[in-house]
Amino acid sequence: MVLASDIQVAQNVGFGIIALMMVLAGVGVIASRNVVHAALSLVIVMAGAAAQYVLLAAEFVAVTQVLVYIGAVMVLFLFGVMLTRAKIGKDADLNNGNAAVAAPVALLLFGVMVYVLGKGFTDQELPTSDVRPQYTATISDLIFKPYLLPFWALSFVLLAAVIGAIVLARKD
Amino acid sequence: MLVNQFLILGALLFCMGVYGVLTRKNAVMVLLSIELILNSVNINLLAFDRLNGGSDGNVFALYIIAVAAAEVGVGLAMVMLIYRNRKSISLDDLSEMKG
Repeated sequence: MVLASDIQVAQNVGFGIIALMMVLAGVGVIASRNVVHAALSLVIVMAGAAAQYVLLAAEFVAVTQVLVYIGAVMVLFLFGVMLTRAKIGKDADLNNGNAAVAAPVALLLFGVMVYVLGKGFTDQELPTSDVRPQYTATISDLIFKPYLLPFWALSFVLLAAVIGAIVLARKD
Repeated sequence: MLVNQFLILGALLFCMGVYGVLTRKNAVMVLLSIELILNSVNINLLAFDRLNGGSDGNVFALYIIAVAAAEVGVGLAMVMLIYRNRKSISLDDLSEMKG
């Protein structure tokens, strides 16, 4: 017997609305003729991704996504747009002439991925019975025990990136 | 919820990002498209994490977010350097390595 709780109507409706929003905003990112509008569309995509993470029971990653991407990375992008004096209004010169090649490449890639995913996961459901939130303590235990070495490597990458960005962008 | 609805959303965003990287001429727009690709990968990782009932995928997603932040910082610094030297961030103008 199929219970209403097995179909998860509310979650599926939420997923559909957020996914539609993300796809429309993604089209805005790749098709907009205005750099600032494209950057602001990316904010919608990132906020939608954070909402999908909540649907996937990953609250800590969702909060990190909002703080790091929407808070920090987007500000960096808008500063980049301003400092390189890209036009704030419409700009006819944003695309090169590769659309005739890029569109078949992207469509073929999408077709292959949908075919493979459809064959591999057909109608496999996400588990509903043992859903629990991903406790931050569990994640931090993972980071500081089995994934400690990648964490150190990542710290060095961030340090190198900070120093490199200052050295590159500094006016002598 | 099916696994595939998350995986196909990730695939769609990934392909949009690939299209953007291939068609955009403005260097900042290429970086924006790369962010689309990185976000789609994170959705996939968390979907598989939920499917397998672990927490490892969350750790990978957090590491990807950190690497993406570093990448944007260095990438935009390079774009600013190119702009300062050439007064243009059009990728078609950077053709010194063409034979």
